[in-house]
Formats: sequence, structure tokens, C-alpha cells
Amino acid sequence: MSTAIETLVNRDYQYGFVTDVEADTLPRGLNEETVRAISAKKREPAFLLEWRLKAYRRWLTMKEPHWSNVTYPPIDYQSISYYSAPKSTKPLGSLDDVDPELLRTYEKLGISLTEQKRISGVAVDAIFDSVSVGTTMKAELGELGIIFCSFGEAVQEHPELVRKYLGSVVPYSDNFFAALNAAVFSDGSFCYIPKGVKCPMELSTYFRINSADTGQFERTLIIADEGASVSYLEGCTAPRRDTNQLHAAVVELVALDHASIKYSTVQNWYAGDANGKGGIYNFVTKRGKAAGVRSKISWTQVETGSAITWKYPSVILQGDYSTGEFYSVAVVNNHQQADTGTKMIHIGRDTKSTIISKGISAGHGNNSYRGQVKVLRKAEGARNYTQCDSMLIGNQCGAHTFPYIEVDNNSSVVEHEASTSKIGEDQIFYCKQRGLSAEHAISLIVSGFCKEVFQNLPMEFALEAQQLLGITLEGSVG
Amino acid sequence: MLEIIDLHAGIADREILKGISLTVRAGEVHAIMGPNGSGKSTLAQVLAGHPAYEVTGGSATYDGEDLLALPPEERAQKGIFLAFQYPVEIPGVTNAYFLRAAYNEIRKSKGLDEIDPMDFADLVEERLRLVDMDREMLQRAVNAGFSGGEKKRNEILQMAVLGPRLAILDETDSGLDIDALRVVAHGVNSLRRPDNATIVVTHYQRLLNYIVPDRVHVLAGGRIVKSGGKDLALELEARGYDWLVEAAPAGVAGAAV
Ligand SMILES: Nc1ncnc2c1ncn2[C@@H]1O[C@H](COP(=O)(O)OP(=O)(O)O)[C@@H](O)[C@H]1O
Ligand SMILES: [Mg+2]
Repeated sequence: MSTAIETLVNRDYQYGFVTDVEADTLPRGLNEETVRAISAKKREPAFLLEWRLKAYRRWLTMKEPHWSNVTYPPIDYQSISYYSAPKSTKPLGSLDDVDPELLRTYEKLGISLTEQKRISGVAVDAIFDSVSVGTTMKAELGELGIIFCSFGEAVQEHPELVRKYLGSVVPYSDNFFAALNAAVFSDGSFCYIPKGVKCPMELSTYFRINSADTGQFERTLIIADEGASVSYLEGCTAPRRDTNQLHAAVVELVALDHASIKYSTVQNWYAGDANGKGGIYNFVTKRGKAAGVRSKISWTQVETGSAITWKYPSVILQGDYSTGEFYSVAVVNNHQQADTGTKMIHIGRDTKSTIISKGISAGHGNNSYRGQVKVLRKAEGARNYTQCDSMLIGNQCGAHTFPYIEVDNNSSVVEHEASTSKIGEDQIFYCKQRGLSAEHAISLIVSGFCKEVFQNLPMEFALEAQQLLGITLEGSVG
Repeated sequence: MLEIIDLHAGIADREILKGISLTVRAGEVHAIMGPNGSGKSTLAQVLAGHPAYEVTGGSATYDGEDLLALPPEERAQKGIFLAFQYPVEIPGVTNAYFLRAAYNEIRKSKGLDEIDPMDFADLVEERLRLVDMDREMLQRAVNAGFSGGEKKRNEILQMAVLGPRLAILDETDSGLDIDALRVVAHGVNSLRRPDNATIVVTHYQRLLNYIVPDRVHVLAGGRIVKSGGKDLALELEARGYDWLVEAAPAGVAGAAV
């Protein structure tokens, strides 16, 4: 009669289907020719090809990092295809030209790209494997001078902006995966908010990996000019496959004086099956530069998918009085591994950062928080507050915390709080005694635990994130 | 409504309940008293289905159904409510949300639709008055950072909202001052109906001045060593438990009701 807390099989991944479209795919393997071929397919200007080649050559000299608290078999970079695009997609085509099969795919994912059924107040850039298949609401945004388009389109239409900001926050030499991305990135989203404009709707990118054996390497660049502000949301799913797929994206954010960027992610890549077979390797570099005076960059992430997550959305607090925030919920179940956290680099005076991290581990999952707070010598009056909470469900999972604090300025204040709790039988029993099922109880307890993060998500997505969490943890209690 | 026959239960290798028999009929209030460690909370938890306890013998029938075969949430959905001696904290989940989730879950089990949020607000408003609680309690996280007394009151609020058929109050009176005690008792009394029943577990006679029981049972060493009318509580108040504990012959299974 004693039902100890133990792992059962996870519920089916809802987005595991494959779309049948003809694709234009590069043969597997990576060499200089691959890089040139991608650049040529995208009809890129010379400066970009040069940049890619420099990145590629740099990458050849680098080693895959293994300092994170995750384990996986070696990745064979020659067995991956670095470009795959649905054949029917014409570059720069309007949404009317999009293959109906692709539109149906996004409908199934709950995202409508057609005029009539769009989520109101949200503009979407839909990325399918290596390319953007369409961006909604462009005309409406255009009236305000906001540029929101695929990266490929930005390269064609706004090369001066791309040239100015590309690599300005995450240089191609930053790390192994960032260098790889710089060499082979295929598409992504681009966004520029002009001076003084507050973007009136959520901008969002939806990433979908479809092809087998294809890596996804997209690049997102968001610039908020002086006094501008924008809220951006990223979502992602992938089919269920037995093999691991590599996703190595780069996101760069730039906020100038008095500008603010809020970037939210609900990450739901395929996590592999209950035995740890398959799933996405999510090795992502995300960084924002709060470059201007009183600028602000805020990351909110809800990480529920992927076999492995390696990701540290960071903020360089360069402008005086700038603010950096990181709100994170990372959930691992079954055999998932996550090593995630943030870096807050205080450079300007009176800069302020907040880190709220909630790690949830269930099944055999392994969850690590890794966070760096660095206060440089000139950062007078800098302040950081870090709160790092872990919750364990069951006895076979793990939670680890690796804080790195480096302070070179005496007038700054850095606070760190950490806690670990276990969802106890008593908590679950209490809920059951009030008529709730075990699943309902867990999702309730977990949502309560994550509340401070969820309340930073845009309204529409907070609910989605909460439901996602419930699904991810479904079956984690016996 | 509830019939317990020769119930044995414990944890690991240790037997805590050593043969309890008890019958509770609709409309009745039973008090269970006894010294610390005698097994009162264990009995309450076993009836509610806490997984830490193993039932090793005997039976419990609720409305003709084998109670012990039901998972805890079904027992709750069928109207069994336990006011915990040590209510559990659920940080980040508001009382309001928790109450509504529980209320709707019980409705769902009966094939009913979820209650309209406005109607629910009215219901809660009325029940708050019954237990003399402030509306702002609803926006606080379930029991998180509550004082002992607030937690106990919160249990009674939940009971008042969920409207159980069989309520088991486990030392809801301990730690309450006399005013709070009156409030709790008033709540319990106003919820009494001919078709529901209450088991009041208490260490002190005090509460029974306000909630008048039909039967009083004394639990000692995992057995019911004496049962009687409401006067038994007064006698216990005057004489303590020792005379009963010492008088209880070893090996005798539960006294008659
Ligand atoms: N979960 C438990 N783990 C270990 N011992 C327990 C547990 N529950 C009860 N006991 C033991 O069983 C006995 C009865 O406890 P309890 O039912 O709480 O008594 P009461 O409520 O009458 O004070 C005590 O000796 C107590 O230590
Ligand atoms: Mg007790």
C-alpha cells in the first residue's frame, strides 16, 4: 500500500510527428565547401562569406567543451547535414506562397500563419529546419519602422545593420558551438526596433526541426535602438526520432540607451524517450548587451525539452545604470540532462542584476545550475541578487548548483540564496486528501514553486508553460 | 456510514493500531481522546489513506464500500475530509486557487461541470464569514508562513467549502486560544447535518464543551480502551488517562462501541 515516489513512463510527446515535404538538403559533412555552399544558396554578400570562413577556420582549432555536468557520446560533425530547406519555399516569398503542407504543420503545432486565424497581438516568424517559411504582421510592424524578418531577408534588405551588429555580442570566436554556428548558420530571426518605438505586439519565432540527421543552426539578432522596447518569445519543437540531433543556435541582443528587451523562451524540443534514446542536444549561446545607459535586458526561460541542454543566457551590463535579469525554470525527467544558468557581467556603474533559477528534477534527470556573477573594478554600486532553488521529485534524480562569484569592486553588493526541497509524500498526500490526483498535485506544487518565473512570462504563454510543465512531469510519481 | 472492525495498521515492522473497532452513523459526532502517542493521528491518517501506513488486518467500510481499497483522492471525492494535525505548506499556490481546484475535482468525480468562478467566489465569501477569516487569506499561499492557529482555521475553511460527509478533525483545537476555539467549534456545529458525521480527535476535553459529542472513545496503546457518552470526557478531564491505561488488559482487542 506504500506507494513510494517513483518514475513511470512519460506521456507521449505531442509534437513528435514528421512533415512530409521535399527538401533541398546538403550532403552530410563539413568543410570549407559546405560553408561556401550555404552562403551561395543564400546569395550572401562577400563580407558575410568572409566572416563565416573565419569562423570555420577558428572552429577547426577549437575543442568541444566538456566542463559542463552532462555526458553524451562523441558527436561526429561529419555525419550531420548542415542545410535543409523545404523545396517549395522561395526566398523572400510572401506567406501566400508557403506550401500548404507547412502551414498545416504549424497549425498542428498551434501556430497559425494565415491571416484569418493568427493569435492577435503576436507576430510570428516560422523557421522550418534551416529556413524561415514566413513572417506574419510585417506590414503592421513596418508602419512603425520595426524590422521583423528572417535573418536571410535582413542580410539582403538591411546588410548595413547586420554588418554592424552581427557578432558584436557573441563573436564567432566565443566558444566551440558559437564558432560552428557562425560558420554554418542557415537562417533565424532578425529584429530592429527604431529609436523611441515601443513594439506594440509580442514578436515571436517558432523553430521546428523536421529533417532527420540535420543540425539546426539558427541565429537571432535583436536590436533595440535608443528608447525602444520589445518583448520577444521563442518556441521550439521537433519530431520524435531515435537519433540525437544537434541544435546549436546563437542569440544576440543589443539594447542601446534607455532601451529594453525582454526575451522569453519556452523550449520543448523532443527530449528522447523514457529510456533516454533520441532527443535534441540543445547547445545554445545566448547573450545580451545592455550597451546603453539605463538599458535593460531580461531573459525568461522555461526549459522542458531536449535530451541535453547547455545554455547560459547572459547579460553584459555595460551601460551605467543598466539592468540584467534571468528568470529560469529548467525541468528534467527520465534521462534528460540540463546544465543551464547565466552570466551577469557588471561593467557600468550602478548596474543591477537579478537571477531567479528554479530547477526541477524527476526520474533519472540531472539538473545543474551554473551561474557567474562578475563585477568589474569600475562597476561602482553594482548589485546582484541570486536565488537558486532546486526541487527533487523522487530519489534517482540529481540537482547541482555551481555559482561563480567574482567581485573586484568594494562598493558592490552580491547576494546569493539557494535552497533544495523535495516534493514530499506529505505534500502530495495533502492534495490528494482534498480530492486532487497525484498528477494534478505535482503540477500544482511545481507551478507554485515556479511562480516567480512564470509571472515574468507574457500572459498567453504563462499558461502554456504551466501546462507544458505538467505534461513533462506526467508520470513522474507512482 | 463508517464501520471499522478490528483494524490493525502500522509502519515498517511496527504495529501502531492494534485492533480498532468503531461504528459511526450519519448525524453523529464521535470524539476520540487519549494520551500522546496512542495512535489517534495514525487512525485518522489510515482512514484518509496515507501511503506511509500499512494496514495489516481488519476492515473499514464506508457507505457499504471497502474504504481501504480506495485511493486517497477517491476517498476525498466521496466525502471524507481530514483536517490535519500538521497542515502542509504549498508555497506559491494561493488558497483561492487550491480551494477551487479541490472543489472542482470533487464535482468532476460526480460528473458535474466546474463551478462558475463567480458562484464559487460567493460560496467562499460566505464560508469565510463562518470561520471568521479575512478575505485576504485567499490570496496567501496555502499554509505558507501561517501561524499555527491560522493553519487550523484554514483547515476548517477548506472543510466548510468542500462540505464533506465524514469530517475527521485531528487535534484542530490544539494551539488555539479560546476565541479561535469558539470560532472553529461554531464552524463545525453549523455544518452539522443529519446526513453527515464528524470524528473529533482531541487531547483535551475543552473543545467538547463547544462541540458536543454523541460518543467518546479513549484510545491508548493502539486500542480503544473505553467508550461512553459525553460525560466520559468530563471524567477524563477530572481523572486523567492513567487509570484507563493501567486498567486496560493487555491483548484485548478494541472495546465495544
Ligand atoms: N510516520 C510515522 N513514522 C514513525 N512513527 C510513527 C509515525 N506515525 C506514528 N508513529 C508512531 O506511532 C505512535 C502513535 O502516533 P500518533 O498516531 O501520531 O499518536 P497520537 O496522534 O495519538 O499522538 C507514536 O509512537 C509515533 O511515534
Ligand atoms: Mg496526533
